[in-house]
Amino acid sequence: MQELDTIGQGSVRVTRKSDKLVILEKDLATEQMVLAMGPQHPSTHGVLKLECLTDGEVITEAIPVLGYLHRCFEKCCENIDYPAVVPYTDRLDYLAGMNSEFAYALAVEKLLDIEIPRRAEFIRVIVAELNRIASHLVAIGTYGIDLGAFTPFLFCFRDREIILGLLEWASGARMLYNYIWIGGLACDVPADFLKRVREFVTYFRPKAVELQELLTGNEIFVKRTHGIGIMPADVAINYGWSGPMLRGSGVKWDLRRNDPYSVYPEIDFKVVVPDGKHSVIGDCLSRHLVRAAEMEESLKIIEQCIDKIPSSEGFNSRSAIPKRIRPKAGEVYSRAENPRGELGFYIESDGKSTKPIRCKARSSCFVNLSAMKDLSKGQLIPDLVAIIGSIDIVLGEVDR
Amino acid sequence: MGNSLNAWSEALVGFNLLGLPLGLIILAAIPLVFIALYSLTYGVYGERKISAFMQDRLGPMEVGKWGILQTIADILKLIQKEDIVPTSADKFLFVIGPGILFVGSFLAYAVLPFSPAFIGASLNVGLYYAIGIVAIEVVGILAAGWGSNNKWSLYGAIRSVAQIVSYEIPAAIALLCGAMMAGTLDMQQINVLQSGAYGFVHFYLFQSPIAWLPFLIYFIASLAEVNRAPFDIPEAESELVAGYFTEYSGMKFAVIFLAEYGSMFMVSAIISVVFLGGWNSPLPNLGSLALNDWTNGPVWGAFWMIMKGFFFIFIQMWLRWTLPRLRVDQLMYLCWKVLTPFAFISFVLTAIWEIYVP
Repeated sequence: MQELDTIGQGSVRVTRKSDKLVILEKDLATEQMVLAMGPQHPSTHGVLKLECLTDGEVITEAIPVLGYLHRCFEKCCENIDYPAVVPYTDRLDYLAGMNSEFAYALAVEKLLDIEIPRRAEFIRVIVAELNRIASHLVAIGTYGIDLGAFTPFLFCFRDREIILGLLEWASGARMLYNYIWIGGLACDVPADFLKRVREFVTYFRPKAVELQELLTGNEIFVKRTHGIGIMPADVAINYGWSGPMLRGSGVKWDLRRNDPYSVYPEIDFKVVVPDGKHSVIGDCLSRHLVRAAEMEESLKIIEQCIDKIPSSEGFNSRSAIPKRIRPKAGEVYSRAENPRGELGFYIESDGKSTKPIRCKARSSCFVNLSAMKDLSKGQLIPDLVAIIGSIDIVLGEVDR
Repeated sequence: MGNSLNAWSEALVGFNLLGLPLGLIILAAIPLVFIALYSLTYGVYGERKISAFMQDRLGPMEVGKWGILQTIADILKLIQKEDIVPTSADKFLFVIGPGILFVGSFLAYAVLPFSPAFIGASLNVGLYYAIGIVAIEVVGILAAGWGSNNKWSLYGAIRSVAQIVSYEIPAAIALLCGAMMAGTLDMQQINVLQSGAYGFVHFYLFQSPIAWLPFLIYFIASLAEVNRAPFDIPEAESELVAGYFTEYSGMKFAVIFLAEYGSMFMVSAIISVVFLGGWNSPLPNLGSLALNDWTNGPVWGAFWMIMKGFFFIFIQMWLRWTLPRLRVDQLMYLCWKVLTPFAFISFVLTAIWEIYVP
């Protein structure tokens, strides 16, 4: 990182030797150009704007400009009842609505201190893991597009469509589910749902391998991502990274293991970290590999859940849902492992109102994105695109 | 022999009406009309259908049976669109850019032999002309990119110029290997020399043990010359929005689009002429089964030429929808440190082969 600091001065010519940037010439009298990348740029994954200072194709500085999708989520929450917040959480990370609902429900349940039926817990984990696969499919597919490979994207969307179909069958909506309620679920899953999920798991396994062959089996893809945007583990921790980003830097940290919730302690799965054989630990390729391997782990979790789930006999998905949610005065912070990292909810109740007096979301991509300035220094424009893609931001969650 | 094969076209050249060389104009216009039709309808339609096939989609299905009229509908739409010139653009360059691009990509058609009896201009330096004239496109791209007064366009234009100029070197050296085997730069003559009773055996690709190397080098370099994936960095849509034609819309955009498809067919035709016998039938005579004799002639010639062109276009599309895009520095690395040295090696080896192995 020492070398990179000098690039901030501008007026340098750099080249890349294996993983390092090598400075060829210094103090060239070149003019720097301000380049506004976004909010309508095709590969900023939404309405992110990056204000770049460029020297030729080399980025000397890139600052994310946020707020184009700000919807006052936290202020809204202060004016509505606890259960009414659930649909809003769908719109945080709209690619993984189930996971966001799950995190919010966990927080309020912790505040209320209620137990929910065991079958509901399993269904929650199944739908959340399905949604995690769907979300990773979008991340991997759009990453392919960022690097110029269009076909893997459509393969990803073809398989994601099946997941969305399953979730629609269960909840009635394709992306904004409002399915996981505080204290239970909106309804039980349909009769054949678990059978279909199992069919999907057997269908998807070979497809995931094929997808990997198409991307990481491709020399150009590896060349574009290997050794790009390296984030050392200590810096990643200091930035507060979480999820696949942190695991990509080699830190074995997964809230499903390290701060277990729901039925995850009963389930056997691996926390994926890159082995460093195929990629430099902490680079874009590591993050991509972590996401790809996590899909397989999610499939394992789903299979185990289907094996262990209690039967639907006598099950009422709303049995534990309180008639009126008015928690005791107090505050709670609860977090869950989302596809993009740690999604935490801090909720404060005054004990009198049915509305939270404060509801703060700790968003994973917002924190992950904050490292952009460090990561982008001295990179080329195509590498900047590769780095943004590997962070896998969802602007709905960044801006809230 | 070459002259007698050209009898048909030469008769047409002699056709004058009221002192106007009408025959010459018709002759030059035929390939253009054909290519324009091909480019706009079958090229674009083919690309969409092939990519759809590769991506588990259906592609255009609405307009006409299997959507075959989709491109015509698109053209009608593009013609009706408002012709927008951005206020801050350099109007002259902005307008002339697509024109130069279009002309540059179609000028090389003049020397492409479409059949034993048909070539626009049988120049004795045809190959040289075809290599050189492509460079005019660079001017058009630069004019379009600079005239747009858009930072992304500027990046695209500068990348494009660096790329096309660089890749012309390995491309030209690779084609020179073919010219060396033929001993002529006349494209019609190169085809005539690849004729023979054994069909594909006479093609230059199979005439020397090292011909596959310049063949491959030219194919890779030609992808870069026409800005196709994995070398489509001048128009990299995920990095530079649309590169040098970000600001274009309506018919100007269509002209740029048409020029791209025109260039694709042009490089495909050049590689088929130099290495794969152009209009010669690849089928060999097998005893009394004279397949080669049956499938040669002016009409068959056009058929083979177009088929070979389509084949390479298919490979170009296949690559485009499979491969990610290279980075700018990797692109230059590939050109200067891989393709150019290997092009020189193949050049020397071909020379040795031609001199010592008759």
